[in-house]
Amino acid sequence: MRIHCPCCGPRGVAEFSYGGDGTVRRPDLSVTDTDAHVAYVFERENPRGRHVELWHHIGGCRHWLLVTRDTLTHEITRVEMAGRFAGEAARMPGAGA
Amino acid sequence: MQKYSAFSLLRNALSGHRDWQPAWRKPDPKPAYDAIIVGGGGHGLSTAYYLAKEHGLTNIAVLEKGWLGSGNIGRNTTIVRSNYMLPGNNRFYEWSMKLWEGLSLDLNYNVMFSQRGILNLAHTPSQLDDYARRGNSMRLEGIDAELLGREEVARRVPGLDMSPDARFPVLGGLLQPRAGTARHDAVAWGYARAADARGVDIIENCEVTGFLREGGRIVGVETTRGEIRAPKVGVAVAGSTSQVLRLAGIERLPIESHVLQAFVSEPVKPILDCVVTFGAGHLYISQSDKGGLVFGGDIDKYNSYAQRGNLPVVEHVMSEVSVMLPFVSRLRLLRNWGGIMDMSMDGSPIIATGPLPGLYLNAGWCYGGFKATPASGWCFAWTMAKDEPHPLNAPFTLDRFQRGYVLDERGAGPYPKMH
Repeated sequence: MRIHCPCCGPRGVAEFSYGGDGTVRRPDLSVTDTDAHVAYVFERENPRGRHVELWHHIGGCRHWLLVTRDTLTHEITRVEMAGRFAGEAARMPGAGA
Repeated sequence: MQKYSAFSLLRNALSGHRDWQPAWRKPDPKPAYDAIIVGGGGHGLSTAYYLAKEHGLTNIAVLEKGWLGSGNIGRNTTIVRSNYMLPGNNRFYEWSMKLWEGLSLDLNYNVMFSQRGILNLAHTPSQLDDYARRGNSMRLEGIDAELLGREEVARRVPGLDMSPDARFPVLGGLLQPRAGTARHDAVAWGYARAADARGVDIIENCEVTGFLREGGRIVGVETTRGEIRAPKVGVAVAGSTSQVLRLAGIERLPIESHVLQAFVSEPVKPILDCVVTFGAGHLYISQSDKGGLVFGGDIDKYNSYAQRGNLPVVEHVMSEVSVMLPFVSRLRLLRNWGGIMDMSMDGSPIIATGPLPGLYLNAGWCYGGFKATPASGWCFAWTMAKDEPHPLNAPFTLDRFQRGYVLDERGAGPYPKMH
């Protein structure tokens, strides 16, 4: 499996560390409803198919990436920066200019 | 059921082996049962067997999407052990061990349970201290555990790299003598045959495509072979748990599905007579009766439903095994494969009523489902029959994450890839 890092280009998966489901959002700490915090820490959709997930390019630029990957075929359709560089996406093969 | 014995073997040999009966029937599904178990793997089949044997519930069906035992019951590295530290875990796994010890006789089927012992290697003084603590915790529960020194480890496992300049020198180890291995397919076949003999319908090629509801209650399932109704539906589908429960409207669970790879080498003469685990990484290895070295390591560490893995983990596992047992580097690999693990958020399983009325859940086995097969079925059968958990599986609730009673044996936190 290869991940197209927006910063470094296509790199082998061994350079990356997996950060899990990238769609969960930590509730604001002022939220006193424990269900929201339990959902953030413990509950996952775990889909068979399209999954938006976090990867850390630990053996490269050390950016956190949001990767859209199919959990059945491992096909990656989108890679973009997470955090303060959010929105900068890698140009994927076959995606055109 | 045709009873298997030395006498039946002799009699069938004399008649040219033409009179053996199929080990289980292939019935068509009835429109309704007293209980349905979704998933014809080890846990589903053992649940059906113990529902029939211990609770007298024989009008039940096991529904399997593919063929019987096509999932993780036939994809694991066959290790059976109860060397856990937390009381919530080691009591349960020790009950499983006791069931394993009588299983071949109970099922009238040779599951080739071999109590050859499991040896966890220690490579640092602090790891040896940690093993002493785990061993003491086991002995408090009446489980066998022995702390071995370096010389004793070297004597027991001649193939280990015990040289002083080894990359990870071996200082000692923790031995559970009653642990061992079993023939995994035989476990599925033995439970299937014994359950079938008590009247359980085992229905293969029958995929659950939806759940039937009345009010808020689950009252049956829709399948590729029609609707089947039952007041109790148990789900034991390992890596497909999230997929199946989504059909019942449960969108989120404390489970991620990950792929775990396993490997077997070409067969060689006897070289390893116990199960050995590497302490400086994650590796477990034993030798099958056929001679192949059976081993595995970490999961691939990202969500996956593909029953095949990636090459970096293959390379990692091979480097671990050749550091620990250098002779393995000169063997050829016969095959490798992958299975989908239901990795829970604390590394411990779920055997509980719910999450909806009429539904029962058996999931979250991580890497450890095979050894649990007898006790998992035994406890799940109890839970389904009595609508409440047995004390042995009372800690394995679904709401323990909400209530703060996680059972985190490794202390790794809510990261499924770490368990």
